[in-house]
Amino acid sequence: MVRLSSPQQLEGLRKSIVERKDRSKPCIALCVGTGCLAYGCTDILTAFKNEVEKNRLQDKVDIRATGCPGFCERGALLTIYPQGIFYQRVKMEDVPEIISETILKGNIIERLLYTDPNTGERYTKEADVPFYKRQQRLLLDSNNKIDPTSIEDYLAIGGYAAFAKALSHMKPEQIIQEIKRSGLRGRGGGGFPTGAKWESTREAHGDIKYVICNCDEGDPGAYMDRSLMEGNPHSVLEGMIIGAYAIGANLGYVYIRHEYPMAVENVTIAIKQAEELGLLGEDILGSGFGFKVKVSRGGGAFVCGESTALMASLEGKVGEPRAKYIHTSEKGLYNRPSDLNNVETWANIPHIILKGADWFNKIGTKGSKGTKIFSLVGKVKNTGLVEVPMGMTLREIVYDIGGGILGGNKFKAVQTGGPSGGFIPESLLDLPVDFDELTRVGSMMGSGAMIVTDENTCMVDMAKYFVGFLQEEACGKCLPCREGLKRMLEILTDITRGDGRKEDIELLERIAATLKDASLCALGGTAANPVMTTIRYFRDEYEAHINERRCPAGVCKELITYSIIDEKCPGCGLCVEPCPTKAITFVAKKKPVILNQKLCIKCGTCCDICKMKAVGVK
Amino acid sequence: MATKIQAIVDRYESDKGQLVSILQDIQTEYYYLPKESLEEVVKLLNVPMSQVYGVATFFKAFSLTPRGRHLIKVCLGTACYVRGANRVVDKMELDLGIKRKETTKDLRFTLETVNCVGCCALGPMVMIDDKYHGQMSSDKVSSLLAKYE
Ligand SMILES: Cc1cc2nc3c(=O)[nH]c(=O)nc-3n(C[C@H](O)[C@H](O)[C@H](O)COP(=O)(O)O)c2cc1C
Ligand code: SF4
Ligand code: SF4
Ligand code: SF4
Ligand code: FES
Ligand code: FES
Repeated sequence: MVRLSSPQQLEGLRKSIVERKDRSKPCIALCVGTGCLAYGCTDILTAFKNEVEKNRLQDKVDIRATGCPGFCERGALLTIYPQGIFYQRVKMEDVPEIISETILKGNIIERLLYTDPNTGERYTKEADVPFYKRQQRLLLDSNNKIDPTSIEDYLAIGGYAAFAKALSHMKPEQIIQEIKRSGLRGRGGGGFPTGAKWESTREAHGDIKYVICNCDEGDPGAYMDRSLMEGNPHSVLEGMIIGAYAIGANLGYVYIRHEYPMAVENVTIAIKQAEELGLLGEDILGSGFGFKVKVSRGGGAFVCGESTALMASLEGKVGEPRAKYIHTSEKGLYNRPSDLNNVETWANIPHIILKGADWFNKIGTKGSKGTKIFSLVGKVKNTGLVEVPMGMTLREIVYDIGGGILGGNKFKAVQTGGPSGGFIPESLLDLPVDFDELTRVGSMMGSGAMIVTDENTCMVDMAKYFVGFLQEEACGKCLPCREGLKRMLEILTDITRGDGRKEDIELLERIAATLKDASLCALGGTAANPVMTTIRYFRDEYEAHINERRCPAGVCKELITYSIIDEKCPGCGLCVEPCPTKAITFVAKKKPVILNQKLCIKCGTCCDICKMKAVGVK
Repeated sequence: MATKIQAIVDRYESDKGQLVSILQDIQTEYYYLPKESLEEVVKLLNVPMSQVYGVATFFKAFSLTPRGRHLIKVCLGTACYVRGANRVVDKMELDLGIKRKETTKDLRFTLETVNCVGCCALGPMVMIDDKYHGQMSSDKVSSLLAKYE
């Protein structure tokens, strides 16, 4: 490809790409995102290639490997263009039929369509599926329309047009004003206004400035950053280029956690392509503005997502936070002005520049504009990534999009904001979700993880889980966080073992207050949120553990026993062999098995195996 | 070893800021960070051993001791946890006769836990080497392990 030397040439290239594309030509778009990898999509991709060759259709059908369109629960996912036919749960065996029936004859294969488990209705098109219908997919929509390793695909859907517009029609100050006016708040957790951050970095003194993309995504249960970086890396890069131009930065870093190899690979390819086209490097599009981007991998420490720790890690040092008396926008990486934004924040930028602040402003709530991607996971029927306008209620997200609770169980709480956030109970299901409302009820937006829990989740155990997580992940530099978390974990462990004392709840509350006031960084500062919300909304569960030595959800090992519910057990014997301690004895066919409590180590294997739900937990 | 480390450091243009990435690449090569490799990095990057050692011990991704032929990572991220991932690790420990963070005597497996590999919709997730195994449960553990030599 030739190096472009003006925005006009970029438009020319785009036109020629679009003209070359035959829109009526069938295209099989298969998700090769990480979720679908677990469903064996690479083999399916190869099978499609072979089948197409076998039928000598190479020139008549395109096969496109795409990023994640969100509905990972239903993988492997497939969209057939131009009709937009949506197939789910696709397997190797289905490949020949899809070619012979749908591609060659235009017939729909009914069994591969999504069927609503609640109504039994079938849907042919992606957009009609209830999971997608209520979403507003500003950022995710392109994921299954492009091959993330093809800059041509990105250009064909209008990629880099926002940057060309910014470069040829807007001054850096104007760009910053536009972002400020849009009301965009950072998607990395705290919700800090993006425009203001850019402005202070622009105004900071220094010849060398940096922009950084935070793709550490340490929040367990969240994977929207991964999905964007893998599925549409150019959109993130375009945001960064616009930001660098507005701020006056010439070097950028993309910091990616090491658990995301495909994200590293795809963004590295994207950077190379953008360099070849002259969208990165010296004298971009003949404007005199130069900008380079480097990729750096994290080492798997949650605290490294924090801005100052991340920058320390980028300098090759131990990832410990420092006090932020001086903002990183003034003294960040190598003590130079640095602007750090989250992946999703960067991906929003091209849309705002292209369509304008007023357009963006109309989406969302008063204090939180635009859409937000949530990873809706846990005990919900339709799990995956959902992108909705800010302000949609929890109930709509969990029930209308998520399809309700798995296995007909009872809803208990939604956890948002990860280890910095909290649990939201059923009574607050009508809460409109935005930055401020979540904080108001004691939780947080965080990165957008939404973990749905049901009656089988123990809230004390969950509190212990998060404190344990944070205790392991904290850097240990400051005392309140180091000792406070350790003590909290001890108390919570005691409670889950049935050794809790009456005054423990109050003690937890006191430690929580200290952590909030005295921690150096936000990890310690918000660490008590999961504990405090579970105490606030599920105090009765704490009391059951402490006063009655009982775990109502049947989770805490020391307080439960497994037993066979004789009426439900037809003695199929499936659970006998796998029991590691031979605690289960086969009696005879059609007779319930016998479980020896003395031998049982409560590993739960029998419970996982039994399809008759004949293993009870109390 | 020296030439291999040299090649890795060259890949990052001897940029000290890329220390974490450099160590990642070394670990990909040797499955852990041999002492001599760290000494080599100290020489080539001209940074103190304390810094290299500090980084190598701070991040969970790094191991200073040899690891097994197969690296098992059980996800204990929240999404996997609420779907029973702790029962999966418990069963792994039972089957392998080791605790998490340990390696079996025959160097067949190393057992680790991670906090989310980004496939939460398919939880509980287990990664063995580079392969993803979704929707795990304790009763599927034994047959999964049997597939690895
Ligand atoms: C302990 C801790 C972990 C964090 N982890 C992340 C993370 O994984 N990804 C992220 O984008 N921001 C994370 N943040 C927030 C960042 O420090 C920073 O505020 C954010 O990346 C700024 O981007 P934004 O303005 O676009 O939100 C974390 C903060 C703390 C205190
Ligand atoms: S609050 Fe915790 S994580 Fe943050 S600096 Fe202190 S010890 Fe480290
Ligand atoms: S698997 Fe269930 S039904 Fe079969 S023997 Fe065991 S408890 Fe009974
Ligand atoms: S919980 Fe585990 S040890 Fe106990 S009976 Fe079931 S399989 Fe056996
Ligand atoms: S990874 Fe395929 S749908 Fe998410
Ligand atoms: S929580 Fe296990 S993959 Fe995300």
